[in-house]
Amino acid sequence: MRSDGSQSAPLGLKIAAACGLLFLHLPILLIFVYAFTTEEKSFVWPPPGLTTQWFAVTWNRPDVWQALSLSVRVAAISTAIALILGTLCSAAVSRTRFFGRETISLLVILPIALPGIITGIALRSAFSLADIPFSFWTIVLGHATFCVVVVYNNAVARFRRTSGSMIEASMDLGADGFQTFRHVVLPNIATALLAGGMLAFALSFDEVIVTTFTAGQQQTLPIWMLEELIRPRQRPVTNVVAMVVMLVTLLPILAAYYLSRDGDQIAGSGK
Amino acid sequence: MTSAVSFQKASRHFGSVRAVDAVDLDIAPGEFFAMLGPSGSGKTTCLRLIAGFEQPTSGSISIFGDRAEGVPPYRRNVNTVFQDYALFPHLNVLDNVAYGLMVKGVGKAERHKAAEEALSLVRLPGYGARRPGQLSGGQRQRVALARALVNQPKVLLLDEPLGALDLKLRENMQEELKSLQKALGITFVFVTHDQGEALSMADRVAVFNDGKIMQIGTPEDIYQRPRTRFVADFVGSSNVLPPDFVQRYSGQHRWGSLRPESIRVGRAAKGVTSGEGVSARLVSTNYLGATTKLALDADGLRLHAIVPAGIALPAEGEAVVLTFNREHLHLMDEPA
Repeated sequence: MRSDGSQSAPLGLKIAAACGLLFLHLPILLIFVYAFTTEEKSFVWPPPGLTTQWFAVTWNRPDVWQALSLSVRVAAISTAIALILGTLCSAAVSRTRFFGRETISLLVILPIALPGIITGIALRSAFSLADIPFSFWTIVLGHATFCVVVVYNNAVARFRRTSGSMIEASMDLGADGFQTFRHVVLPNIATALLAGGMLAFALSFDEVIVTTFTAGQQQTLPIWMLEELIRPRQRPVTNVVAMVVMLVTLLPILAAYYLSRDGDQIAGSGK
Repeated sequence: MTSAVSFQKASRHFGSVRAVDAVDLDIAPGEFFAMLGPSGSGKTTCLRLIAGFEQPTSGSISIFGDRAEGVPPYRRNVNTVFQDYALFPHLNVLDNVAYGLMVKGVGKAERHKAAEEALSLVRLPGYGARRPGQLSGGQRQRVALARALVNQPKVLLLDEPLGALDLKLRENMQEELKSLQKALGITFVFVTHDQGEALSMADRVAVFNDGKIMQIGTPEDIYQRPRTRFVADFVGSSNVLPPDFVQRYSGQHRWGSLRPESIRVGRAAKGVTSGEGVSARLVSTNYLGATTKLALDADGLRLHAIVPAGIALPAEGEAVVLTFNREHLHLMDEPA
């Protein structure tokens, strides 16, 4: 059953839908409002006054810049690792049959099903057992465990939809393995990798639980925010950071949405 | 003269499955060669051995005198038209056809010109800018053909190329493929499970079963003089006659085959014992347009006869007498 476009939904349904959407998005607006409040010790409603001074304050805080830069670097490197390993793994699992294939598939997906706290504790014990000091790379390692899954899932779905004989056709026409990857495989999985990569980046960027176990004294942006909420001064700085990060990340997400939508139309495969 | 493709005791086993089992085969240059057999008979694996997607587990394969074992598909001067066409969905038709030249490093202007020519060859000029998704099945088939031919292969492999087309289109493509092969002089190796297709197009046919070649010969050979019961039954659904039956008519205790179109069906005259013919009962009739196929029961032996349309037919269940020319009864090599 499909209602045609001209038919209007009943009023009750419209109100329910509006309430649902407001419930989801009003708290976000609240964050925006508190970024402009003059009250710095606690969040009071309504804000006693409005100011833009917190933008300047935030700009001049070195700890904000450090946390932001660490988060961006960790997310970028984790995503890069995930793109390479996830693609290779999905290619192996969907293209060939070998002993233990299903097991590998399960083991790769497991980290995202596992509670983050277990992954975190496991990694922390492993690091201390192996005498590995906490560093940039321990955070990256922790994040890569779930970033690989996201890329893997996206790529595996795309590989299953692309005809296996296409790769054979490419080889048959004289392309070696590298040329086949570049001219046939990559263009066919590119949009899936883009979507998977964006999601992986976003997951890594706001990860708290695994990070607390693998970061040591370092502060990624979400951890910095968490600590900032406990401190009594300059509270709106957190809101400014949250607002800016949200607005900045909105652009690539919109871009990815439009890009992968067009790509799917070309490949003739709906999501 | 060296063979275009030559198999010497070539086998391809997958574990305990003998997909191709000690096959000897010689395909002459410029020949239109069909590999015919039911699914799982090893014909497609044979094709993949020539293309290089499979390597023989034992025996050897050579293509125009060069040993092919261990040579990857991209270093063989052999191209394939795939069953599902395997066109690249992200490229337009022209770039699909030019793909082989592109990876060889041919310049853009030159390869596009060659691709245009190949498209005219398959009667699709001006279709270059379209996407494969915008083409019909028959057109995709032609693009796949052009994409293979543009590389000027020494051998063109076709894997059930007409399987996905409807009847009318298939008949047109059969004629077209045949004339294309004559004009280009390229060796075509063609895999099919459709005996009509194999007989009408090929210069020679190899009939496969269980990973082995049962018989190689011209279409007339295969059709008129099947060597085994399998060939007789698979190619044109001949009536396979048991040795006891054959002995009564030829004096030899051998398996025999009799084409359904060689059987004449007459009404059994009352009171006359059928001295010459075989008395039988008409079980069912199957109207096929130009002909009618009759299923007959001759004392427990199931026979089929094909009679031209327009002949008055006995009713189902009626007693009939079957007659045939003795020379149409073919004796097979297979031991009784």
